[in-house]
Amino acid sequence: MQVTMSVNGEEVTKEIEGRLLLVHFIRDHLGLTGTHWGCDTSNCGTCVVWMDDEPVKSCTVLAAMAGGRTVRTVEGLEVDGVLDPVQQGFIECHGLQCGFCTPGMMMTARALLDENPNPSEEEIREAISGQICRCTGYSTIIRSIQWAAAKEAETPVTVGSAS
Amino acid sequence: MTAVEPDTAKPEGFVDNDEKPVGYGRMLRKEDPRFVRGLGKYCDDVELPGMLHLAILRSPFAHAKINGIDASAAQAHPKVKAVITGADLAEQGLAWMPTLSNDVQAVLATDKVRFQGQEVAFVVAEDRYSARDALELIEVDYEAIDPVIDVRKALDPDMPVIRDDLEDKTDNHCFDWETGDEEATNAVFDKADVVVSEDIVYPRVHPAPMETCGCVADVERVDGKLTLWSTTQAPHAHRTVYALVAGLPEHKIRVIAPDIGGGFGNKVPIYPGYVCAIVASLVIGKPVKWMEDRTENLVSTGFARDYIMRGEIAATKDGKILGIRTNVLADHGAFNGTAAPVKYPAGFFGVFTGSYDIEAAHCKMTAVYTNKAPGGMAYACSFRITEAVYLVERIVDCLAYELDMDPAELRLKNFIQPDQFPYESKTGWVYDSGDYEPTMRKAMDMAGYEELRREQAEKRERGELMGIGISFFTEAVGAGPRKDMDILGLGMADGCELRIHPTGKAVVRLSVKTQGQGHETTFAQIVAEEIGIPPADIDVVHGDTDNTPFGLGTYGSRSTPVSGAAAALVARKVRDKAQIIASGMLEVSVADLEWDKGSFHVKGDPSQSVTIADIAMKAHGAGDLPEGIEGGLEAQICYNPDNLTYPFGAYICVVDIDPGTAEVKVRRFIAVDDCGTQINPMIIEGQVHGGLADGVGMALMEMIAFDEDGNCLGGSLMDYLIPTAMEVPDWETGHTVTPSPHHPIGAKGIGESATVGSPPAIVNAVVDALKPYNVRHADMPLTPSRVWEAMQGTLQPPI
Repeated sequence: MQVTMSVNGEEVTKEIEGRLLLVHFIRDHLGLTGTHWGCDTSNCGTCVVWMDDEPVKSCTVLAAMAGGRTVRTVEGLEVDGVLDPVQQGFIECHGLQCGFCTPGMMMTARALLDENPNPSEEEIREAISGQICRCTGYSTIIRSIQWAAAKEAETPVTVGSAS
Repeated sequence: MTAVEPDTAKPEGFVDNDEKPVGYGRMLRKEDPRFVRGLGKYCDDVELPGMLHLAILRSPFAHAKINGIDASAAQAHPKVKAVITGADLAEQGLAWMPTLSNDVQAVLATDKVRFQGQEVAFVVAEDRYSARDALELIEVDYEAIDPVIDVRKALDPDMPVIRDDLEDKTDNHCFDWETGDEEATNAVFDKADVVVSEDIVYPRVHPAPMETCGCVADVERVDGKLTLWSTTQAPHAHRTVYALVAGLPEHKIRVIAPDIGGGFGNKVPIYPGYVCAIVASLVIGKPVKWMEDRTENLVSTGFARDYIMRGEIAATKDGKILGIRTNVLADHGAFNGTAAPVKYPAGFFGVFTGSYDIEAAHCKMTAVYTNKAPGGMAYACSFRITEAVYLVERIVDCLAYELDMDPAELRLKNFIQPDQFPYESKTGWVYDSGDYEPTMRKAMDMAGYEELRREQAEKRERGELMGIGISFFTEAVGAGPRKDMDILGLGMADGCELRIHPTGKAVVRLSVKTQGQGHETTFAQIVAEEIGIPPADIDVVHGDTDNTPFGLGTYGSRSTPVSGAAAALVARKVRDKAQIIASGMLEVSVADLEWDKGSFHVKGDPSQSVTIADIAMKAHGAGDLPEGIEGGLEAQICYNPDNLTYPFGAYICVVDIDPGTAEVKVRRFIAVDDCGTQINPMIIEGQVHGGLADGVGMALMEMIAFDEDGNCLGGSLMDYLIPTAMEVPDWETGHTVTPSPHHPIGAKGIGESATVGSPPAIVNAVVDALKPYNVRHADMPLTPSRVWEAMQGTLQPPI
């Protein structure tokens, strides 16, 4: 079957098998390997991307279901060579170690801040509770997201807040 | 936004990237710009022209004879290129491979399967979906055999023999091991006022890194060179083992460990899947990718722990510990696949005497085979120090319980004293340095220990369950001295090469490999500190056997203790040469030069100086160099450690338990670590945080369990629970600094301290909370149902 969707602002059309998972479509068919695969059961969240501004676990979404929708991946966070504050926050606050869960974490973080620019620690914990990080113990991820929120409060940041 | 401040504030005395960046201190990581852009390159991101995909058929049975395999339907699948069974591999002599502990393991089962999830056959197809489809078409005729699942019964005479592949094997015995002085220990137990015994189980758990294991094998058709992109923590060791197993000449093997999505010891062993991919590429002549799925990772790759320990402690009535002894039953699964120095079949479990100055100790261990996945040493265990620390810190708390003594006071009373270092333990380990009391006091101060005890007393009056748990651990990391440590005959040394380019920039090449620990940053800082070139100007190359010197890799917290020493020493070697060249340039003797982090100047005259960049250009340029000095500015060394390093730490955990649901909430966790000299405090804090979360996982939720038929009950992340941000507190960390006297920069290693030290603190806190129920011990995992049972007095061991 043929599927057409917008990925990071670019329209793509591909011939695919109906059973193809969105995560494999993004990785294998589009070569966007920043989105990772980690568990098959929607537990780890390393595959989180946006579908129409909503974070989804792309290992449990068929590529066909994304037809006609707008998909945004980690590769779409940086705009015109400027890192999204979330990306910068993860660097500043050591919010990553192996980097494998990081793209999914950042996509969720970006969605959270778009909805709630000043989240509490508890709200951040809840927002990322569908995702697993084995390296950081989460505190530095939370600080990273707080850093981004603080940064955006200081200077209204438009970069990265829309795809 | 207050929580942002501690992390972005620059601790006193530390530099940041944009300041004068030479040497140690908080420095943002060099690897992060690619990771936050999604540009990390992990194994599954490797794409090669014509690449095929490999999938493995695994046994549904824990123990079964294979009567036959019919692969014809799979072979007929239009997208399938090959189906290979154990019989096919046996024809090439490749059906079995050595493990890292001198046992053998089936690459693909030939005679029978010995654990659920064991590799039986593999398919190579044009794409990953077709490869999986074809697995469904393979028919295997299994004949079930009674499995050996209950480790306590594994040595019963009527048990089926799992390893009938081994000559004359008539039981499921794997090995016996003993350490310490049995007679002396029995003597102190006989004279002791108090003896406390407890059965303590450390259940089987799994490292479950976010990236599963996998590889891409590519055998070049013309010159026969194999390039293997592989999720390996030890690329050089793997290369040598492939040479030994597959008979490939070692210069025709290049192992590349690309970015790795977490290792935690799970990526040390050589798994059958790697060998299968190599064989497939050899046979088919195309690159072949194999990536496990999550279930394959959980059911077949290196598990951790699985020790049943009888712990005993002897003391005087006023709390002076006299002796510790233990009897251990170790479950090694179907093949002995532990990765440890060969003379240490139980790893470094021998440090079970902990941080205490005692008179005698003894350990007796029996290891057995069962119909479960192989492994044993993984999950940031520092070669079984997790089990040792859990045993001693749990049994010391049991003693405190019996003596009705404060567990902090009991520990303080028994610490090895600073003037006793280097301290030889009663099991023969020479602790290099330590000053335990200040570390313990610091943790107690940070926690507000006395105040917490007051709060607890008040809450107990009201029927609320609050617990305070302490653990004080000493680790032994940085394997290891070549006199008695090797893996498969390979000494546990690490090489390092440093080249200063003509313009004063540098490249350092390591034998170790990061899986997230930040080597690209830390090692640049180590070299920067010694040679005065900013870390930003030092490229760190690692994870590629063709481009790095030989060494044994990153596990057991050995990168900084071993390879970090190599990096410092190779930089000093280059600096020594630079000094000679500088003496020629400034026309003074070598002795008349002074080093000033990046330049040499004439003593008493700083205006006469040359920088490392000046010297590098001179070394590579035209014109004379001092007599006997070759051109260029580079060096290579191999570092053999004299001893292990012994980091330590004091951890305090505060829990609240809901008396209605028995749910444990970790309210606070205070960790004070001493890893000697600190290179990058930001990275150290990160290493500690991650290990603490591991500890919450193991103490409260993680366990790989089996049913009586040997079905793995933890085969997905829906069943094998890992902590999320909701189950862990905001960590409170601190440090003390007691440098290692024998390490060139005094560093000790930090990668596993928290994983080792945190589980007993959490369990001790839960048990402390349950004191009103007269609970002295409760085995992990302390899930609500198990805590509830402990409250009812009906809790059974988890295995």
